[in-house]
Parts: sequence; structure tokens; C-alpha cells
Amino acid sequence: MKYVATFLVLFVIYILLAGWVIDELILGAVIALILTLIIAKYVDYKIDYLLPYRLLVFIVVYIPVFLWQLVLSNLNVARRVLSIDIPVNPGFVKIKTELKGDFAKLILANSITLTPGTLSVDVKGDTLYIHTIDVKGSSIEENTEHISAVFERILGVVFK
Amino acid sequence: MEIVSTVFMIIGGLFYLLGGLGILRMPDTFDRIQAGTKATTLGAFSLLIGITFAHPDWWLKILLIIIFIVLANPIGSSVLAKAAYLSFEKPSNLVTDELEDVFGGDTND
Amino acid sequence: MITIIVFSLVGLGILFAVIRLLKGPTAADRVVSLDTFNVIVIGTIALLAHVFDNNLYLDIAIVYGILAFLETIVFARYLEGHYGNR
Repeated sequence: MKYVATFLVLFVIYILLAGWVIDELILGAVIALILTLIIAKYVDYKIDYLLPYRLLVFIVVYIPVFLWQLVLSNLNVARRVLSIDIPVNPGFVKIKTELKGDFAKLILANSITLTPGTLSVDVKGDTLYIHTIDVKGSSIEENTEHISAVFERILGVVFK
Repeated sequence: MEIVSTVFMIIGGLFYLLGGLGILRMPDTFDRIQAGTKATTLGAFSLLIGITFAHPDWWLKILLIIIFIVLANPIGSSVLAKAAYLSFEKPSNLVTDELEDVFGGDTND
Repeated sequence: MITIIVFSLVGLGILFAVIRLLKGPTAADRVVSLDTFNVIVIGTIALLAHVFDNNLYLDIAIVYGILAFLETIVFARYLEGHYGNR
């Protein structure tokens, strides 16, 4: 199962890069097969029958929320760039996450970076370190509620 | 189709301009990282969507570029922010600094 | 006409990033502006593909993007120096 999934990911990336031609299909299959045999013991993801449902949640719920937050954060940046004297109180805060797995934490950290006023600096275990323009809460729970609660809920459904 | 493509491209160019302006005008390093990353990610997104409307048969490669930019640009800025925190002077107007107990207090020579 | 407008907007963005690259007070500021510059250049290459109506420029944009990402990571790790082990 793991081998099949790795092979499919590599093959799809090859086809995206090379185009839909019959020669490239054969060559891509061979190369993806060789690479699968080499790297399959380093990958660790689980595939189960809920995958289509998770993919659907990811596309239908996560991506629109993400795009809306991206537009909002850009309007925020535009306001701060064009009028320089808006009061700020920047700081570095910690937040906790319940997500397991490297890829889930990567998506969460990227989402936090692209939401208004926050920038993820580092991940250690289940703690994320965030630079924020406007510190709202004073404890870890309050900051988690302000910064990452929306994405945490959606990604908790996607990456169980 | 032509008009939609034009509108998306001009929006993309405007956000690229905003990214450059943010890099130039923001007061400290972390603000610059934030402004640059957000504005250029949306700028690239919008510009590439506009090009897809002009040439619909290129959508696979453009989708690949968009996925790559949305994944790689925030990672790069996070790594840069960590490097800037560890090796250079911190901004003077910080309210709280909860990274200090992790990386140790005295990080700049 | 439209492409001239878009190119001038993008070019102004590149110009501002380069000004920060030249005058940035610390090395971190220079690397940040280089990162921004690289993402803007990726968009510019894709725009050239649209102007010349040639698919191959998109491949150049992909390769440029991968190299720019590696460049950012390498510069950041270099700036971390011996603090990076913590």
C-alpha cells in the first residue's frame, strides 16, 4: 500500500512536469518505480478508506478559508504599509497544537504565516513559536484561541 | 475571458508592488518578512491565475508552480525569521518574548 | 498596452526590493529582500511566457523557483551559524 502511494505521487509529479505524451508516460513509470524502491522506507504516511472524504474536506473547506485569510492579510499589510503610524505591540508568543505528523504541522505553520499579522518562527514538538504584530492574549491558551483555532479545527478533520 | 485575465494580472502586479513597498517601508526585520511573504504569495497566485485564463491549456504547469510557491515561500520566511532571531539584535519594542527561555537569553554577540 | 502596465508595476516592486537589498542595515534584511526579489522574478518569467506565447518559459520558472528556495534556505542556515544547533 505504501509502495503504491509513493509510486503514484512520484508518477503524478513527473507527468505534471513532463506533459501527457506516451514516451514520457513510459519513462516516468520506470523512473518512479526505481525511486519508489529507493525511498519507500523513509516515508511514513498512512492511507485508509477515508482519504477521499479528507481530500474533499481539504478542497471544499480548507482552501476557501485559506484564500479568504490570505486576502484579508494582504489588505492588512496594505493598510500598514500605506499609513505608517498605526500603533503596534509586537511580540513572540507560544501556541500549542494537537496535530500529529510532520505534514500536518507544516500545513498549520504555513497557514499561520499567511494569516493577518502572524509569522511562525519555529516548531518544536507540539509547540509553535509565533511572531505577531499585535499581542492579544497573555497565556498560551488565549494566544492559541486567537491565532490558530480556525485552522486547527479544519486540519483536525483532514489529518486525523 | 480576456478581461478576467487582464484584471487578475493587474491585481497580481499591484500586490507585487505592495510586496516591494512593504520590504522598503517596514520598520524592522520581522515586519519586513511578514509583508514580503504575504504580498508576494498573493501576487504570484493572482498573476498566475491571470495567465491561466489567457492560456487555458497551460493549467497543469501553472498549478504546479502555484503549489510550489504556496508551500515553499512561507517555509523560507520561517527559516529566515529563526536565523534573524538567533543572530541579530531583536527589535526594541517587543511586548513579550517567549522564545527567550528556549533559545537562551543572550543570543547576540 | 496591458502588459506594459503589468510589467511596470512588477518592475517597481523589483526596484523597491533592490533598494532594500542595497541599503539594508543587517545581512538578514538583505536576504529577506533577496527572497522577495526571487518570488517577483518567478512571476516575471511566467509573464514573459504569456508575452512570447511560449510554454517553455514556465519550465524556467519552475527551476528558478526551486533554486531560489534552496538559496534562501542556505543563506538562512549560514546566518544562523553556531546558534543553529539549539
